[in-house]
Amino acid sequence: MTDLLSISDLERGDIERLLDLTDHFAEVSARPIPKVPALRGKTVVSLFYEDSTRTRLSFETAAKRLSADTMNFSVSTSSVKKGESLRDTAQTIEAMGIDCVVVRHKSSGVPWQLTRWVDAAVVNAGDGWHEHPTQALLDCYTIRQQRGSLDGMHIAIVGDVKHSRVARSDIWAFTKLGATVTVVAPPTLLPPAIGTYPVRVSHDIDSVLPTVDAVYLLRMQRERMTEALLPSLREYTATYGLTRERARLLPDDALVMHPGPINRGVEVDPDVADEVRSVIIDQVRNGVSVRMAVLFLLLGSGSELLPPEVAVPEAV
Amino acid sequence: MAERERRLTRPFGGVFVARTQVMDADDLRRATWRMAHEIIEANGGVDEVVLIGLQTGGVPLAERLQEALLEIEGVDVPVGKLDVAFHRDDIGLRPVLPEAVTDVPFHLDGAVVVLVDDVLFTGRTIRAALDAITSFGRPRAIQLAVMVDRGHRELPIRPDYVGKNLPTRKDEAVDVHDDGVDLGEVVK
Amino acid sequence: MPQPTLVIKGGRLVDATGTRSGDVVVGDDGSILAVGPDLDAPEVLDAGGCVVSPGFVDVHTHLREPGKEEAETIETGARGAAAGGYTCILAMPNTTPAIDSAAVVREVLELGRSAPCDVRTSGAITVGRAGEQLAPIAEMAKLGVRFFTDDGTGVQDTRLMRRAMEYASALDVVLAQHCEDDAMAGGGHMHEGEWSSRLGIAGQPAEAEELMVMRDIALARLTGARIHFQHLSTEGSVAMVRAAKAGGMDLTCEATTHHFTLTDECCATYDAVFKVNPPLRTANDVAAVRAGLADGTIDCIATDHAPHTPDAKEQPFDEAPPGMLGLETALGLALTELDFDIEEVVALLSWRPAQLLGVEDRHGGPIIEGRRANLCVFDPEEEWTVDADTMHSRSRNTPYAGRRLRGRVRHTLLEGEPVLRSGEATR
Repeated sequence: MTDLLSISDLERGDIERLLDLTDHFAEVSARPIPKVPALRGKTVVSLFYEDSTRTRLSFETAAKRLSADTMNFSVSTSSVKKGESLRDTAQTIEAMGIDCVVVRHKSSGVPWQLTRWVDAAVVNAGDGWHEHPTQALLDCYTIRQQRGSLDGMHIAIVGDVKHSRVARSDIWAFTKLGATVTVVAPPTLLPPAIGTYPVRVSHDIDSVLPTVDAVYLLRMQRERMTEALLPSLREYTATYGLTRERARLLPDDALVMHPGPINRGVEVDPDVADEVRSVIIDQVRNGVSVRMAVLFLLLGSGSELLPPEVAVPEAV
Repeated sequence: MAERERRLTRPFGGVFVARTQVMDADDLRRATWRMAHEIIEANGGVDEVVLIGLQTGGVPLAERLQEALLEIEGVDVPVGKLDVAFHRDDIGLRPVLPEAVTDVPFHLDGAVVVLVDDVLFTGRTIRAALDAITSFGRPRAIQLAVMVDRGHRELPIRPDYVGKNLPTRKDEAVDVHDDGVDLGEVVK
Repeated sequence: MPQPTLVIKGGRLVDATGTRSGDVVVGDDGSILAVGPDLDAPEVLDAGGCVVSPGFVDVHTHLREPGKEEAETIETGARGAAAGGYTCILAMPNTTPAIDSAAVVREVLELGRSAPCDVRTSGAITVGRAGEQLAPIAEMAKLGVRFFTDDGTGVQDTRLMRRAMEYASALDVVLAQHCEDDAMAGGGHMHEGEWSSRLGIAGQPAEAEELMVMRDIALARLTGARIHFQHLSTEGSVAMVRAAKAGGMDLTCEATTHHFTLTDECCATYDAVFKVNPPLRTANDVAAVRAGLADGTIDCIATDHAPHTPDAKEQPFDEAPPGMLGLETALGLALTELDFDIEEVVALLSWRPAQLLGVEDRHGGPIIEGRRANLCVFDPEEEWTVDADTMHSRSRNTPYAGRRLRGRVRHTLLEGEPVLRSGEATR
């Protein structure tokens, strides 16, 4: 693996190896001094064309715990505002001798374009509506931490699937790891050709909640209201929000997940988000460990992981 | 890095073929007991001693030392596990695959840490381990116990407790397992 | 008496009258002087193994001049056309300023006069292609403009389109429509379907095109106007045109080379070179377009040649402008991808579009004595690899780079002058 662009082009084994590797970095993160010299001398640049303080900080923390140098290319103060093209920006940064670009862009596909223009490893930190692979990895890691495995689980993804890179990455990741996924949303918030995804579709959250092992709430963007996709936020909350009453429909051990930041009172009732079953804070914590694993895999191990066929030889 | 893992990593990957057995199971047991006695003697008891086995070859040896110390002194010495993959100085030269998770569930401040590994060769694994230990605290002292010292050091590192000094050629390989120690080659 | 200047020797002559072998002698007045066996002239153009046909006619070319000369000029676009075997191209009006007045029409025709291809121009239906007010159609028609279109966008306002049709029905002109309902397709960047969904790119549903095809068929019925649908790309559009023609309506349509060779799956690499409008559709749509070409529902092959600078195409997919090059690959694609006789391919590229444009007096006519020598000589068997860097167009945005094609133009004659000789542009 030389770049991390999407979950949809990973195999189940790739995802599992990344999650296994994450265990090591969760341990490093728990040390009194949570820093290892694994990526000393490597430089990681965050190239964020779209504001996301959380994701950027998570990646920068991950890089720093691995002793990599980090640079933050702030688009709002840079030459990009003066009309510099994506390609020129990427090649300029690369000329400074960097090893990895972590890119966030409002346009789907920008990480793919970057791989054509730079030799450095490219990590997709979210592109348009397309994918957000490290979010899906940390979601899977969080579920695995709670349940040991995703095999046979039933996970509901609720909300604006159509415009959600998190939903797309999670659908691929959850199903590749053996879970069944039901997307729950009004038809206007489902992507076209939803029938071609490996998911079930429901418009009735009350009938789905009692059957799930985890419910994943997507963030509802206020601007969707202006696009005639929903009559009002109030109606959305009334029909699809995880209200206090609805939370009672969930099995006792069901996990409540959210990619953050939460719109309290919209996709979830204010107090439900803070309940014990909510693993939202674990998701944030695991985000750093997962991103350490990704950076280490791309930059630290010198090449791909050992293929499974190289087994430990039996002592003779 | 223990011999077992070294054989797994490119460009050294291959199959270990034993030529001669240099220690049998009894030799291993006797050497372990002798090393346990030496640890007790050198530290005037084991009250402050903790054992840290290096993943993966050093871990079973550390556990055997723990059993011996319990039997001799009646003290249950804590055992930790340390994987040094992220601290190695040859990252990028060859793939580093973490073998097993580090687990050091106790404080190291003021303790006497005995690092335990199966084979001491270039010393680079130990250097990485010394580096890794510092992220867990500040031990009073760090000592080193190995079952086999096969020479060819590339760093100024020497063991405090040795099961067996074994002269080897650089291209040979040493395999420490439950039933003894074999000397042989790695065949590609 | 005109004097013979060159002879095209050893070719197989293909035109609307059929296929035969013979040499073609061209005179210094730009006309064909003689057709027959074993003819001679001072210069010999070798046509061994080649087809000699009337030059190709493109009813859909974006030349970018005036306004975007860094992407293409009339000169470079015409050179690309000559390299593709075209002797006549129709400039689209979406330039800056738009070709929406007699003044701009005159400028474009003037710039085209020295070009190595007969450059004709379309005119906009509405002022500035803004869809609000009718452009001076009659005035432009007086200068010889026959095709009117707001190409790049369709006329959205139904009432305005009705008025345009009513107005145009009194003139000998064709209203050509880029069919796309902006309310439905606006903000989209590729065909809406499985791929757009996976790739997270806002889609342009097939229905956005079909709604306007449906509307304009109804309006044409109401007004009696002569309409032409540009670059039809969906199965539904082809079916509607087929039904309208079967019902006796006098309408025509075109399909582009990319709509019968590429699908929306091409966008999976996010390379904006595959971004085009109307977008690449599904395999079903490609099959429907091919069937439409085969049964005559679709009247001709157009290129929708749309040059863009590398900078423009290196933007994020949803920010890059739509469009791809087409002039230099059209013949190869048609011969390689369509399982048609050579005669049928030449009909779709040459005399059918010539009739549409009303240029059949100069282009697309039979290869006989007295006709203008606007000819194309191509080797239908030559295999070649498309190389973006050797294109004659100023831009490089071909989606076919690296593709093997069969069939390549060897010589192109404009008014008797070889503007392409053995694959080399002469001016």
